[in-house]
Amino acid sequence: MMPHVLTRSLDRSATIFLAVVAAVGILIPLSNLLLPAGSMFQVPTYLVALFGKYVCYAILALSIDLIWGYCGILSLGHGAFFALGGYAMGMYLMRQIGSRGVYGNPILPDFMVFLNYPELPWYWYGFDTFWFAAVMVLLVPGLLAFCFGWLAFRSRVTGVYLSIITQAMTYALLLAFFRNDFGFGGNNGLTDFKDILGFNVQADGTRAALFLLSCLALIIAFLICRAVVTSKLGKVLIAVRDAESRTRFLGYRVESYKLFVFTLSACMAGVAGALYVPQVGIINPGEFAPGNSIEAVIWVAVGGRGTLIGAALGAVVVNYAKTVFTSGPLAPYWLFMLGALFILVTLLLPKGIIGTFNAWWEPWKAQRIAANAESAALEDGVSVSKPNPAE
Amino acid sequence: MFANVLDRFRALVLSLLLIAAVASPALAGPFEDAIGKFANDEFSDTDEAIGAVATSGNPLAFAIISALQDGRLMADPDSKKVYVTQPDGKIIDAATGAAVEKLPDGAAAVRLNNRLRRSVEAALGGLTLLSPDPAKRIQAAQSVFKTHDEAMLPLVDEALKKETVNAAKLAFTEARAAILLFKPDATDGEKLEAIATIKARGDQEAMALLTGLTGDQPAAIASAAANAKAAIQRSLALWSMVQNAWYGLSLGSVLLLAAIGLAITFGVMGVINMAHGEMVMIGAYVTFVVQETIRTSFPHLFDYSLLMAVPLAFIVAGLIGILIERSIIRFLYGRPLETLLATWGLSLVLQQAVRTMFGPTNREVGNPSWMSGAFELGQVTITYNRLWILCFTLAVFAILLAMLRYTALGLEMRAVTQNRRMAASMGIATSRVDALTFGLGSGIAGIAGVALSQIDNVSPNLGQSYIIDSFMVVVFGGVGNLWGTLVGAFTLGIANKFLEPVAGAVLGKIAILVLIILFIQKRPRGLFALKGRAVEA
Repeated sequence: MMPHVLTRSLDRSATIFLAVVAAVGILIPLSNLLLPAGSMFQVPTYLVALFGKYVCYAILALSIDLIWGYCGILSLGHGAFFALGGYAMGMYLMRQIGSRGVYGNPILPDFMVFLNYPELPWYWYGFDTFWFAAVMVLLVPGLLAFCFGWLAFRSRVTGVYLSIITQAMTYALLLAFFRNDFGFGGNNGLTDFKDILGFNVQADGTRAALFLLSCLALIIAFLICRAVVTSKLGKVLIAVRDAESRTRFLGYRVESYKLFVFTLSACMAGVAGALYVPQVGIINPGEFAPGNSIEAVIWVAVGGRGTLIGAALGAVVVNYAKTVFTSGPLAPYWLFMLGALFILVTLLLPKGIIGTFNAWWEPWKAQRIAANAESAALEDGVSVSKPNPAE
Repeated sequence: MFANVLDRFRALVLSLLLIAAVASPALAGPFEDAIGKFANDEFSDTDEAIGAVATSGNPLAFAIISALQDGRLMADPDSKKVYVTQPDGKIIDAATGAAVEKLPDGAAAVRLNNRLRRSVEAALGGLTLLSPDPAKRIQAAQSVFKTHDEAMLPLVDEALKKETVNAAKLAFTEARAAILLFKPDATDGEKLEAIATIKARGDQEAMALLTGLTGDQPAAIASAAANAKAAIQRSLALWSMVQNAWYGLSLGSVLLLAAIGLAITFGVMGVINMAHGEMVMIGAYVTFVVQETIRTSFPHLFDYSLLMAVPLAFIVAGLIGILIERSIIRFLYGRPLETLLATWGLSLVLQQAVRTMFGPTNREVGNPSWMSGAFELGQVTITYNRLWILCFTLAVFAILLAMLRYTALGLEMRAVTQNRRMAASMGIATSRVDALTFGLGSGIAGIAGVALSQIDNVSPNLGQSYIIDSFMVVVFGGVGNLWGTLVGAFTLGIANKFLEPVAGAVLGKIAILVLIILFIQKRPRGLFALKGRAVEA
């Protein structure tokens, strides 16, 4: 069954995409670790971490594209799921610090000692084991998305209303995580990580491995998304996107489909957050800011909504531009550019980079195939029937 | 009048007689006698002198006693003369008030010990009870109410007799009641009356006073005190409700002001304008520029700065709004999610533009004199700026409502909203109406900025802090319904302020957000949804 799903879901561009990601995922760590420092082809460690960040953003963008591009759910709160996954990983990393913290408390993280916590809050139990944290990375965002979606989709909150309440959700979480007595480090968040699974998070090898893992996660996430959108389920999702009421009248339980894909997407965002935290070295409530979630949506819009590859590409392109511009003399103008990007992409490039490319490429390809077929047919002396429009 | 003169004459004759009889060189009358005692350098004499001076009613008494407190009362043991060094360095004779060139060589400050310091304080309290300024008298009476010192009773009685101002009279009556309540030899009748007076006062201090009453009271008084305490508790709870309701109204008016423009652009036109908050911010910056111009060129007009800023902010924000509609939003009608993203981008651009022009820090916008200060209503303090903002908000709301109902533009707006194609067929220039509607919504946001500049920091981030709240208000109240926005804003404001004391400011806000999210599940189209037959609105 699975191989069949895989072959069906992989067209040529998807294969190219996966090959590129795999190549990047292998070559960059190798070049970082094997080549001598200063060599022309050696990728410095800080770049490995930076690219790792982009890959995590690409996973987040994929998760948004899955629901926005294929199901028409514009979530302005996906940053919340990303941050929750990140916090789950951050909690594990905090517990790994052990007695090496500033206050040397073997159980309580530094900020808890500082804030006079008598003991570990109950929701921190279990985070000293990796597998528990890994389960939580999926479970916490998934559960929140499930509850939220169950309420929202059942009562048919759609369109901009849904967007606004997802934004309210992440805003509420932002306010909550800023509180010191919430037990997640308040304003400062979680940082000063030391080890992950016994390896030093700062070490080159660990960073390279994390980068490889991120690329692997991107590949898996992409395959899952492809599998979903090319399946029968995916067809229903697209139907929901284009004509929700009609789909409902045809007898589909629209809310169940939406709930499934929303929860899946939240879990993916959580994984992206979990991979993001050890590479960046900090997680704080700022990740919940509504602006972050909206920015993630624009990555998808830039790359091309409903193309998956475009989402990942958009995340990398926009973030690379952000890195370049915010670190150079153009820094004060970055927000102008980001704002203009929002406006211009929606006005002039509604299909995004990949969508526009496809719109230009597909007719040309079809024309060429048709021309080939025609010339072949002429040679055979057989008239060509028109292609069946249903295909 | 005549009797008064006669009195004085009699006093004069008497003092003359006394002078003749005692043949003392300079001292005459109880006041002068008392002053002389300061020079004896004996604590017991000083104490007597304090009491005598305090009750003498002499206009110099206050100056003398306060000089004593500060160590500025100088006594010459040789001549038995006493001088007051005033804070500005001038020296006067304590007995006559005449200016003196310099102190005699032997003069030294009159010494105090702790017991005397207490009598000095009590005497000062008593003296301010007789101060010519009613506000000072009331303040003194309040402090007597708190200390309920038995020794003050005669002074309070005297002050009460003389008092003509009603508020001061009440304060004295309450102070007297407090003293009587704690006076061991007061009759039960007096005490019951005192309890009734204190109960009528009914604030936190009355409560504290009654709580301080010791247990060994007669049963009648103890039960009266308990009843009074319960009554005060009820009234305090009531007042704190009123206080919360006022804060809620105030917050609600701010929310309404911020949301009212959005109710036009989002509610009536269906355009998700994420740059709405930036229109508010632009209005606030217009206020800043107006005030800056006035400060540098026409300082005497400062009190009118807001009146000038309101129309200017409306015009500036409205024009920017029309520009936005013509250049961006009109291409995106019918694509709400894209509109959302484009306007979000626009908000980033506007923020950054303002940041570049005015700098990233807070700019100072002042309150005109008629908006600063506060007054008391019962036990609730009401600040003028909050009150004005409430009135202003309601006025803006009323004008907007009237405009939509009674003007030609309002009619066209409603027509286009309800059925665009039919309106176009009837000859309405729909795209012009779109632009004007959006301009109106933006202009109102600009006006909101003028008002919000009075209570919030004017910074490039001003708008962002209101955008989510504004959307919540509009969605909660029901899209396309201005009354819904009004009810939504005040409901959210009051609910927030009633939750705050229970849950704390941040948790209260989170609770409100969660409640709205749950509420939208229940009523996806808000409190006052427009009734329609469309499957998908």
